[in-house]
Amino acid sequence: MTAPSIDATPVKRDFRLIDSTLRDGSHAISHQYTVDQVTRIVRGLDAAGIQVIEIAHGDGLGGSSFNYGFSAVDEMELVAAAVDAATQAQIACLLLPGIATVDDLKRVRDIGVSVARIAVHCTEADITEQHIRIAKDLGMEAIGFLMMSHVSTPDELLVQAKLLQSYGADTVYIADSAGAMTTNEVRARVATLVGGLDVPLGVHAHQNLSLAVANSIAAYEEGARNLDGTSAGLGAGAGNCPTEILAAVCDKQGIVSGVDTLMLLDVAEDVVRPIMPRQQVVDRAGLLLGYAGVYGSFLLHAQRAAERYGVSQAEILLELGARKVVGGQEDMIIDVAVELARKHAEAEGTT
Amino acid sequence: MALPVAIIGSGNIGTDLMYKLERSEHLDLVAMIGIDAASDGLTRARERGYLAPANGIEWVQQNPAAVRLVFDATSAYVHVRHAKILAELGITAVDLTPAARGPKVIPSVNLREHLDAPNVNMVTCGGQATTPMVAAVSRVTRVPYAEMVSTVSSKSAGPGTRQNIDEFTRTTARALEEIGGAEIGKAIIILNPAEPPILMRNTVYCGLPEGTDHDAVLASVVSMVADVAKYVPGYRLKQPPVIEEGPYNTPGGVVPHRVVVLLEVEGAGDYLPTYAGNLDIMTAAAVQVGEAIAAHHEVTA
Repeated sequence: MTAPSIDATPVKRDFRLIDSTLRDGSHAISHQYTVDQVTRIVRGLDAAGIQVIEIAHGDGLGGSSFNYGFSAVDEMELVAAAVDAATQAQIACLLLPGIATVDDLKRVRDIGVSVARIAVHCTEADITEQHIRIAKDLGMEAIGFLMMSHVSTPDELLVQAKLLQSYGADTVYIADSAGAMTTNEVRARVATLVGGLDVPLGVHAHQNLSLAVANSIAAYEEGARNLDGTSAGLGAGAGNCPTEILAAVCDKQGIVSGVDTLMLLDVAEDVVRPIMPRQQVVDRAGLLLGYAGVYGSFLLHAQRAAERYGVSQAEILLELGARKVVGGQEDMIIDVAVELARKHAEAEGTT
Repeated sequence: MALPVAIIGSGNIGTDLMYKLERSEHLDLVAMIGIDAASDGLTRARERGYLAPANGIEWVQQNPAAVRLVFDATSAYVHVRHAKILAELGITAVDLTPAARGPKVIPSVNLREHLDAPNVNMVTCGGQATTPMVAAVSRVTRVPYAEMVSTVSSKSAGPGTRQNIDEFTRTTARALEEIGGAEIGKAIIILNPAEPPILMRNTVYCGLPEGTDHDAVLASVVSMVADVAKYVPGYRLKQPPVIEEGPYNTPGGVVPHRVVVLLEVEGAGDYLPTYAGNLDIMTAAAVQVGEAIAAHHEVTA
């Protein structure tokens, strides 16, 4: 028996790439991942050199629900499959306080998950203290993850990011959950946070304004040292920063991603695209999310509510933007759809 | 004769409760107890002529005969210690934290079931708002799975809630099962920082098994909303309840339909402005429970 060949010279990477195909991508397939799909995706990403692979329901651990859609397979089974399939990559799980509890964190730690991403709306960092501390007590890397960060100014974000750091977060992320940020807005936030934090910063970009890759590269240039992607851009809204495109751009710009770009292309084309119910494009609804600053995962829920109540998806998304709903308030999609249907019926009744 | 009571915990909930107790004929507020003499809650209590000691539970230990019932509006963590002390003193505890030491009480569902208990738990604001809806459905049909989503304005969620968010979800989920009658319950809480602050919103989903009488479910929900509104005037349906067609692959099994109840709670504006319906529903329910216990003491004394 021969020992597996191990590259003797560790790659010196310029940043860390976290792949969220199995978490954010879950939104785009309505949380219907199977064990077999998880195994094949993890094997491909792992072989391509991705260091951290995130898996969970799209709304994080415990997200399987009426409000966010039920998972086809118990997420603990999927997490276990991911841990089994990975040889070098660490497996991460996302958790939103208010949806899941530290019990879920303990469960995935027991399965072999070593990175906890604790996600919160970008103005509410103080609800994560319990979860970040326990992640650290469990010996996990804790990443604090500020969602919808387009709604806060750079200075406001820094105050919240410092809270995460004070609870013990090893890394702080800002997520453009609505895909609403222009490149200048990303630069301003990253520069302020990198300047004000002791821990490394990461950026999670979305494609609703067709800026995910450009914003990720801009974030790197301003000092972010963690970037998120998903294979083929599979994800909420118009999709995420496509991991393989980000890797390709890095190659061309001389930024060392440490991953094998061609292998990532194969994963995207041969493993992920065949299971996608729709290609990730910036269509009207996707663009409206970014334009109106609406949480990306509302897209498919709004489409279903629009069909059910005979109202326009675009109208629902714009009203959600006007109401300033935050991530997690998927129930407001039904509320808006029912109300629009009633108003339309009343308007017709009076003519 | 009114029952002498104290409030311990001078945060948002305790202070709102103080205003509501002023209007109660059956409960006589003796003291508002805190740990920070300079807190807004204790300052207001002093201004209104109440005793406002800042030595916490010690005050009760030093004055055990002064009160018969204590409303605890501290935090789940702190209440665990208080529960023991109050029980030893023979003082009834109405627990407004999610500590859940005693039986849970939702006035519109089980007000009279635990009048002799030394400690009763008021669940959570979201639990008070949504458990009655699950109970309304489960009195018509089997509920294999129920779920609630509560969204409160960031301004109305104090540090106790923020540090104990897991206790909120756990205690609320258990209430949907134990009091609501769901076989499996799940709770979700969201904080929304929008300005001006949003009114408290609650959404309840219940899985409906094959053969459920949908009209009976809808009628039961509407009738239960009226029952809750008797003690929480700002509690109302935002939209008429709707039945949606699945199938839904719930943890309690696949169901063909679900009922969706979209609720709004406007506060009375006693302490925080009207957006903080989450405070109101909690404190209004606690007053109901306190008054029922007072009446019961009178009968049995």
